Amino acid sequence: MNFADFFAMGGYAWYVWPSWLLTAFILLWNVIAPQRKHRQLLQQLRTQTKREHLKRARQSNRSQSP
Amino acid sequence: MTPKQKKRMRIVLLVLAGLSVTSLLALNAFRSNLMYFLTPAEIVAGGYPDEGMYRLGGMVVEGSVRRLENGITVEFDLTDYQQTVTVRYTGILPDLFREGQGIIAHGKIDGQLFSAEEVLAKHDESYMAPELAEAMKNVDMNKTSSTNSISEETL
Amino acid sequence: MNVLLKFYHRLGSPREFYKISSALIPWLGWTSLILILLASYLGLVVAPSDYQQGDSYRIIYVHVPSAWLSMFIYVVLAVSAAIGLIWRMKMAYVIMICSAAPGAWFTMVALITGSLWGKPMWGTWWEWDARLTSELLLMFLYIGIIALYNSFDERRVAEKSTAILAIVGVINVPIIHYSVEWWNTLHQGSTVMRADGPAMDVRMLWPLLIMAFGFNLYYGLTLMQRARNQVLVQEARSSWVQSLVTEREQQ
Repeated sequence: MNFADFFAMGGYAWYVWPSWLLTAFILLWNVIAPQRKHRQLLQQLRTQTKREHLKRARQSNRSQSP
Repeated sequence: MTPKQKKRMRIVLLVLAGLSVTSLLALNAFRSNLMYFLTPAEIVAGGYPDEGMYRLGGMVVEGSVRRLENGITVEFDLTDYQQTVTVRYTGILPDLFREGQGIIAHGKIDGQLFSAEEVLAKHDESYMAPELAEAMKNVDMNKTSSTNSISEETL
Repeated sequence: MNVLLKFYHRLGSPREFYKISSALIPWLGWTSLILILLASYLGLVVAPSDYQQGDSYRIIYVHVPSAWLSMFIYVVLAVSAAIGLIWRMKMAYVIMICSAAPGAWFTMVALITGSLWGKPMWGTWWEWDARLTSELLLMFLYIGIIALYNSFDERRVAEKSTAILAIVGVINVPIIHYSVEWWNTLHQGSTVMRADGPAMDVRMLWPLLIMAFGFNLYYGLTLMQRARNQVLVQEARSSWVQSLVTEREQQ
């Protein structure tokens, strides 16, 4: 197969390739963005839970000490 | 389903039904306004003032495309197989413009002519390889010589 | 039936949904990737060029699956809205709101690739014909749904109002589909969904169908990803989420 011909798309390269590339880019973005958000959410929830555990531990310590 | 859920279901269905009926009626009322183009038969039948801008859609008659002396103005006949209107246009034609092709001309009525400011090409819904299209054309020609085999639907 | 009903109830519970979606995500990801790559190869390399449009028609392989999906996603969104309103099912609203963004993206892809196809073939980037206008309206509906949902502080109010807008908007879907039949348009009629069968060479049709299937699985993928994020946010205070995040840490 001739690669130059393939990329030329019969003279419509400037319409065909941007269409495909835009689609590929948007599809990739819509997988990467929620995946990244999932990681951030887990991280955020973890620190939040830890903080609450500490708070609760401190409160129970205080109530026991006097 | 509980009675409450049934009631909510009925409300949702009722809203949808009402909405469908109203939009159907509204779309029907505006049907002609939503039409993207007129056909040659409609424009010949009249009732369209000369000042207005219209879109005229039809098939380019085979063998009717002619270039005027200035080299950039073209004239061609546009048909819906009922009436034919001659279109005059100066400018670049889209890649798909050819004889026997469905096109849409946007412009004014100018006496017997339709003077277009823009010409758009319409393509139909069939997709096939060039070899196959060529083969089918030959079969068609052997079968019938009539040009009316293209129905109005393909416009 | 009993199995299906059980599955439905399991999906209805956010905790179960989180588990099931997390298990599904890799499968959906890999199958959709393989299908899309296969369809791309078949569509760009194997399929012949078109007798009228030459190679420009190859835009069809990204344009048509996106356009179909933009309508399909709206139907999913409206059906989940109705289920949410009638049965007050938590997860239905999650599916509803998590479908809006992918729907908007696919509508945008359909509009832009259509424009890139229209310029060389029709001779124009945009025309206000019935098909193009109704698809643009779909874009605004998706944006409206996202905006309306985000404009309320109270989630329950947001869910209900958004569901009503979603159900009202579903009327646009048949209008988009039939626009090319009801009115004369610049846009072509249906190639694949025709009463007398697809008007397309099989070598061109297969890549299109495979791509459409791949896009559908892809929608499943991005929906599951978004929905499980939404579940985490909504259930942040619940004990299962808290044990989930602490469990993860210990691993």
